[in-house]
Amino acid sequence: MLKVYPFFLEAAWLTIVLSVLTAVLGLICGTLAAFARLSRFAVLRFTAAAYVSLFRGTPALIQLFILYFGGPQIGIQLDAFEAGVIGLGINAGAYMAETIRGGIISIDKGQREAARTLGLSHWQAMHKIILPQAARLMVRPLGVNLNMLIKATALVAAISVVELTYTAQRYIGSTYKPFEMFLLAGVLYMIIIYVTGRGVAWLDRKVQIT
Amino acid sequence: MTDEKSFVEIRHAQKAFGSLEVLKDISLSVAQGQIVGIIGSSGSGKSTLLRAINDLDPLTGGEVWLDGVQVNQKLPHRQYEKHINQMRQQVGMVFQHFNLFPHMTARENVKMAPMMLKGLSQEEANALAEEQLDHVGLLERIDYYPSQLSGGQKQRVAIARALAMKPKLMLFDEATSALDPELVEEVNQVMRKLAEQHMTMIIVTHEMDFAASVCDRVLFMDQGVVVEEGPPAILFTNPTQPRTREFLRKHLEGAK
Repeated sequence: MLKVYPFFLEAAWLTIVLSVLTAVLGLICGTLAAFARLSRFAVLRFTAAAYVSLFRGTPALIQLFILYFGGPQIGIQLDAFEAGVIGLGINAGAYMAETIRGGIISIDKGQREAARTLGLSHWQAMHKIILPQAARLMVRPLGVNLNMLIKATALVAAISVVELTYTAQRYIGSTYKPFEMFLLAGVLYMIIIYVTGRGVAWLDRKVQIT
Repeated sequence: MTDEKSFVEIRHAQKAFGSLEVLKDISLSVAQGQIVGIIGSSGSGKSTLLRAINDLDPLTGGEVWLDGVQVNQKLPHRQYEKHINQMRQQVGMVFQHFNLFPHMTARENVKMAPMMLKGLSQEEANALAEEQLDHVGLLERIDYYPSQLSGGQKQRVAIARALAMKPKLMLFDEATSALDPELVEEVNQVMRKLAEQHMTMIIVTHEMDFAASVCDRVLFMDQGVVVEEGPPAILFTNPTQPRTREFLRKHLEGAK
């Protein structure tokens, strides 16, 4: 039993790396999609809305299978890790897009009006006035997105990325102890999520306006 | 072109939301240094007219001119943006709900736009913020956040923020309507001071006494038209139109 710990720790590290990369890609996709949905160009609004409803409307596991197993058929060759990051990142982006858009539109329109009447351009008002306030409101809901995406990394076990869930399954074969193996994986997930949650709460307190 | 006397000129302003006409062919001319009050019940179109002057609520018909330049020009998007940002720098606006930037101190609220748009250095902008906040009597609150200020103080910061851009014209959209009664006077005093400095002002207000004491002319609006206008001494004491009389009578009752 003791012999498996190093492998689980290594796997937990991979789960963390996966989560970080997924979160970064998700934030990029989510930000782009959020601004596209608020654009004055109908094409951008439509494309972003389609992206959000497509990726929120189908299981992430199916998205991963299509990318990893179906990809080669249409000329997309990715290894399991790459497919995992890209698949989960694009999926997380669809959820984050809604969080970011929600944060932006929840800022009182008087703020935009005050900025524009001073002579600021649309993007100057966005950058100086709207986003700094919206970002503060987004910390907690983005924390929820982060919590979800960390747990969603378990899905990439299904395309054989050697992260926590896959590692737990693998050592059941040699130890015959499924209860302990899955419990151990669960505890490690919980530690990752607890620490992340505390980080989000700290950040949320730190950015609040006095 | 507008004639020389006319600093702000509104020609045949129309505004419709679908079939609802909010402004019906309003024309108005304001000379430099003049102070014009607009009164009327809510829904009369007075705020819409004020907000049309800096194109915050674009008109559906008619023209707005400021100092010989048309504000609401029909231009391609990019050119329009450039033009309107230029125009708005010359027009200060004060809102009913202050709309201070809550993530910035009073100082930062005041110096943000001059630094961004006029390229002032930190030192120049700080000096400007101190000067403007001193004018409204809030120098000692310069590093407070809006949440730490009273309503009257917030509105005075908002006025200082608008004045820091050195506007040619100030628009007040019910600047004291959201204030507790005891805080109204401190804001009125700041506005009186501006009047003494001959700032051109257009003031939408519910306060008849204040309008009577500072305005050169008062307009009474109802249902999207200017029913009557004139010097406050005449409009308030001897209105010719039945609708004006009715409004003033109701307003006096309400004030009691």
